[in-house]
Amino acid sequence: MKTLPPQINAILESVSDPEIPVLSIMDMGVVREVEVQERDVFIKITPTYSGCPAMDTIADDIKAAFAKEGYEAQVKLILAPAWSTDWITERGRKALEAYGIAAPLTEEADKEALLGNKKIVKCPQCGSTHTRLVSQFGSTACKALFQCEACHEPFDYFKCLK
Amino acid sequence: MSNSKINYILGIADNALILGQRLSELCGHGPSLETDIATTNIALDLLGQTRSYYQYAAELQGGEATEDTLAFLRKEREYKNVLLVEQPNTDFGYVMARQYMFDVFHLLLLEQLQNSNDEVLAAIAKKSIKEVSYHKRFSGDWIKRLGDGTEESHNRMQEAFDNLWTFTNELFLMTADDTAMVEAGVGVDVAALKAAWTQEITALLTEATLTVPDLKYFLKGGKEGIHSEHMGFILTEMQYMQRTYPNMTW
Ligand SMILES: [Zn+2]
Repeated sequence: MKTLPPQINAILESVSDPEIPVLSIMDMGVVREVEVQERDVFIKITPTYSGCPAMDTIADDIKAAFAKEGYEAQVKLILAPAWSTDWITERGRKALEAYGIAAPLTEEADKEALLGNKKIVKCPQCGSTHTRLVSQFGSTACKALFQCEACHEPFDYFKCLK
Repeated sequence: MSNSKINYILGIADNALILGQRLSELCGHGPSLETDIATTNIALDLLGQTRSYYQYAAELQGGEATEDTLAFLRKEREYKNVLLVEQPNTDFGYVMARQYMFDVFHLLLLEQLQNSNDEVLAAIAKKSIKEVSYHKRFSGDWIKRLGDGTEESHNRMQEAFDNLWTFTNELFLMTADDTAMVEAGVGVDVAALKAAWTQEITALLTEATLTVPDLKYFLKGGKEGIHSEHMGFILTEMQYMQRTYPNMTW
């Protein structure tokens, strides 16, 4: 995506994923295209998962954030190319970890972790990799549930999606 | 031509919707917290995929059609889902057998559909592949755990496959709309997926110490709108709000 005018970028940065409030939609990588024509803004976003119930809220939040600054935003949902966890920015990954969600591993490592073959997912609380898979599916479509065997804290792992 | 396309899209979407509806019945009733969360997560993925297909079908149909009218206002005979997905959640063995057999088929279908010359269908397929691979991993794991588990779990897993097997052949039957869409470069030749499906199912069942059922006669009808006795109950539950309060919205 080309560099955006600072004000537009700041408005988009102010909108976050309603299920992970520390993660802005820009750091999440769901904003795919932005076009500004004076006070009209055309935005294309892509869902993380097909059934992600946050998408409607995100679209409404984008419109509201732009309206507050005197813009009229139109938001369109696009499916191609399909979202990948690679699009989460470095800052986004750090925000996830600070929030207590383990950031996605590489595709290969992810598979080993979710099959319970290897202990490689790092506990966001204490940093130990002595963790175990509790459930392949978690509180939202994008997460799996782990538990740390060092500090015993349960935590979410953001699954790798490519 | 365009009617064939709409019917074709509805066929794929209805499978996802009805299976999603079946799985969502387990919300709060799963045998354990983890499986409860898993089945409802899978239901959510399937519902999301359904919405993408229905939105596209409604756009092609035009007029008053929306994703909601397609989901909530059609009659039983107008649904094109296969009989397999409407079968009840008899026990967790049935739920996983139904899921795994559908997941293997679903993934094979999507892997072809992503090459469709219809860009929207190709995009939905690409998006869904990632989700469905994960569903298959989950259901396949459970077949192995239960099949190669205790005597009780083995017997019940085997019983589920024995009783659901009669619905599997329908997955590979071509309707007139299927044929038209294959010729147009839009759709997938499902008949050609049977060999790969059988091979994959056989390998997993063998690993799970289960026996692949040997059947000569199979049931069919769902794709043509002739459903089993379960379908009416599913629709009653799914549609009652729109039927009771027509045009209501949240
Ligand atoms: Zn820890």
